[in-house]
Amino acid sequence: MSSTATFKIWRGDANGGEFRDYQARVDEGMVVLDAVHQIQAEQAPDMAVRWNCKAGKCGSCSSEINGMPKLMCMTRLSDLPLDQPVTVEPMHTFPIIKDLVTDVAWNYRAKKMIKPFSPRPPDAPDGTWRVAQADIERIQEFRKCIECFLCQNVCHVLREHHLEDKFIGPRLLTFTAALEMHPVDIEDRLYDLRKLDGIGYCNITKCCTKVCPEEIHITDNAIIPLKERVVDRFFDPVTRLMRAITGDGKK
Amino acid sequence: MVQYDTHEHDVLVIGAGGAGLRAAIEASAQGAKVGLVCKSLLGKAHTVMAEGGVAAALANVDDRDNWKVHFADTMRGGQYVNNWRMAELHAKEAPDRVRELEAWGAVFDRTKDGRILQRNFGGHRYPRLAHVGDRTGLEMIRTLQDYGIHKGIDVFMEFTIIGLIKDGARVAGAFAYDRERGLFHLFTARAVVIATGGIGRAYKITSNSWEYTGDGQAMAYDAGADLMDMEFVQFHPTGMVWPLSVAGILVTEGVRGEGGILKNKDGHRFMFDDIPENYRQQTADNEEEGWRYCQGDKNARRPPELLTRDHVARCIVREIKEGRGSPHGGVFLDIAWIKKKIPNAEEHIKRKLPSMYHQFLKLADIDITKVPMEVGPTTHYMMGGIRVDGDSQMSTVPGLFAAGESAAGLHGANRLGGNSLSDLLVFGKRAGEYAAKFAKENGPVAVDQRQIEELGRRALAPFEENSGNHESPYQIQKELQTRMQELVGIVRREDEMNQALELIGELKERAKHVRVEGNRMYNAGWHLSIDLHNLLTVSEAITRAALVRKESRGAHFRDDYPNKDNTLGGFNVVLRKSTEGMKVSMEPLREMPAELKQIIEEQQK
Repeated sequence: MSSTATFKIWRGDANGGEFRDYQARVDEGMVVLDAVHQIQAEQAPDMAVRWNCKAGKCGSCSSEINGMPKLMCMTRLSDLPLDQPVTVEPMHTFPIIKDLVTDVAWNYRAKKMIKPFSPRPPDAPDGTWRVAQADIERIQEFRKCIECFLCQNVCHVLREHHLEDKFIGPRLLTFTAALEMHPVDIEDRLYDLRKLDGIGYCNITKCCTKVCPEEIHITDNAIIPLKERVVDRFFDPVTRLMRAITGDGKK
Repeated sequence: MVQYDTHEHDVLVIGAGGAGLRAAIEASAQGAKVGLVCKSLLGKAHTVMAEGGVAAALANVDDRDNWKVHFADTMRGGQYVNNWRMAELHAKEAPDRVRELEAWGAVFDRTKDGRILQRNFGGHRYPRLAHVGDRTGLEMIRTLQDYGIHKGIDVFMEFTIIGLIKDGARVAGAFAYDRERGLFHLFTARAVVIATGGIGRAYKITSNSWEYTGDGQAMAYDAGADLMDMEFVQFHPTGMVWPLSVAGILVTEGVRGEGGILKNKDGHRFMFDDIPENYRQQTADNEEEGWRYCQGDKNARRPPELLTRDHVARCIVREIKEGRGSPHGGVFLDIAWIKKKIPNAEEHIKRKLPSMYHQFLKLADIDITKVPMEVGPTTHYMMGGIRVDGDSQMSTVPGLFAAGESAAGLHGANRLGGNSLSDLLVFGKRAGEYAAKFAKENGPVAVDQRQIEELGRRALAPFEENSGNHESPYQIQKELQTRMQELVGIVRREDEMNQALELIGELKERAKHVRVEGNRMYNAGWHLSIDLHNLLTVSEAITRAALVRKESRGAHFRDDYPNKDNTLGGFNVVLRKSTEGMKVSMEPLREMPAELKQIIEEQQK
């Protein structure tokens, strides 16, 4: 049942580029990444595309397909209207390196600024902790993140306003939430969340949640609870009064 | 004169999967200045794909477990050609390495009393795999990554090593290019750790990504290091077979650990038909007992689906070859059946195997809580690799270390599921530790400009190719993969492997005329043309080693020698570069100490 389809793929680099049309054979079960590979092997050998696992587990092949932020490896051709060309372009928010590959290094630099995991002393003499499954389920959701950065890509604070130096974005807020809600962690990141990470910039439009291939409830489960903690600490009048009296800024 | 930037380190780690990250963390903790080079972005290496769990005799779920049982299981699974010292160290140290991950922030699934939960897996006598649903590898690599980035390690993402540099007998560093701009880089180092993973891309059907082209094995071989056990390629029994575009993607053994069963097209549970003698005492007599085992009944024995991977893969091949396969050329793997046994089975499956559920639903329109999956063997893991000292992980080249999949020894002829993640941690740490020690004890290296010129020239040749009969790197890779799959796959024969050798020779010649288009910036065709040298080197090593092992053992099955040969079982196959090409030798196993022999005997019962 082989047929063909047209793919409009963005080709270019930091100096500019254009969409180019390619024809690819379409077989049952194919995903967009298969078509891109076929084009690369047969028509465009120098085309740049990032990929690894091809199973939605590594988060390398993020792109915008027909204008929608998606993983190429998990987007099946049978779910796209193939009577029209399929457009494939790099993520818009990050600087272009070449073709479908963008420079996502900022995400790695920003992560490094977040205070790392810091455990309380072990609960048992063998150096381990006792933690109930029920107490880790919510952070296990955040730890499913494959760092595809599609949420960063759609967040308007980054995509339109480019406040990378003031706001760490949904991925790294989720990362911070996983640390803050870790039952064994004793670090305090609330001041940083407010002052350095710019959590206030998020106005809960939930664009990040909509594009998450891991279906993490980024806004509801990670960002909003963090916002609540920040508000409780810094804006609740009773807490502020208590802090003024005790001089204690820690949790 | 090739142009390049120079980076100086005490220890250079090549590869940033579990083994590379763990080695870099350890070397850094020992005070070494560490550089970490990875072919992809940080956190994307193949460790991220590991699903089922990390094997360690924590004895959290079954207190009968201990390092001795784990050691004996690993040796039995490897058919006793393992490096027993590595198997011993691995079994003893894996629990500490797993606990250490928890101290660094890993969040494993829990037992009822709040400790790390462990699950059943093929070849492991007791529930031994610490896990996080079916995404354990992601948890591990992220934990190591997020810990490692605060340890002062210089990370070079999307850099690829072209070859190692030597100073006399010892290693002196490596020559690389960055993908982004295609520029060259010289990394000088007093010690180098190779942690580049496997060789899966030498085959057509594989669970491995583009990165796994045998780079580490080939660069070590080119630098004069011994390769060992290269005939032992693990074909994981359960990869996806349909749709074709996803063929080879892994289906975790955890499905069988949770009670999944294998059936042929007639609905027959064929794994009961052939149970190897040395596993008979540990294997369930009937379906009911197998189910009770998966439910944690300590008096029950494991179902035959949880026999070792080599055996399960061969049984699947037999069913398919004899016409009892599934419609798309696999067999059925059924986890949905457990709804007959437990309430809320659908929710249970989604909780225990979330990424399998997701993967089949998204890629194959299959709801695994309702219908069986179709699965077949996929090239998964290289048991062999760089020959190392069991304690230090140093290769036969001074200053050159290897850990994880790129090193040989721990797994022998067949790796048990879950033993690779623990391998990464135990021997990643050891390699990092001993590399740092080597760097401390040995003076600075001198760099030989001629070696750099040679590597630079080789890397750039595809841009200058104009012989008129030029080749596409993609085409050569495709031909190699197709033929290796056919000729040096799960079932091997002398005549076919000789054909493979001939083909590899031809492809080597053709690879000299590879031409690439475009410039050096992020040029996928150019990258592949450099990888081809590695793919061809490891393919030749696999084939030559498989030819001389005239017996069937573990993952290496010879149609023309279908039985084990006790004499050959006393040897490892070693490959070494010589002026006449690849030299093959049989080297006797080191004598095992009496106390380890005794453990194996005791555990036979």
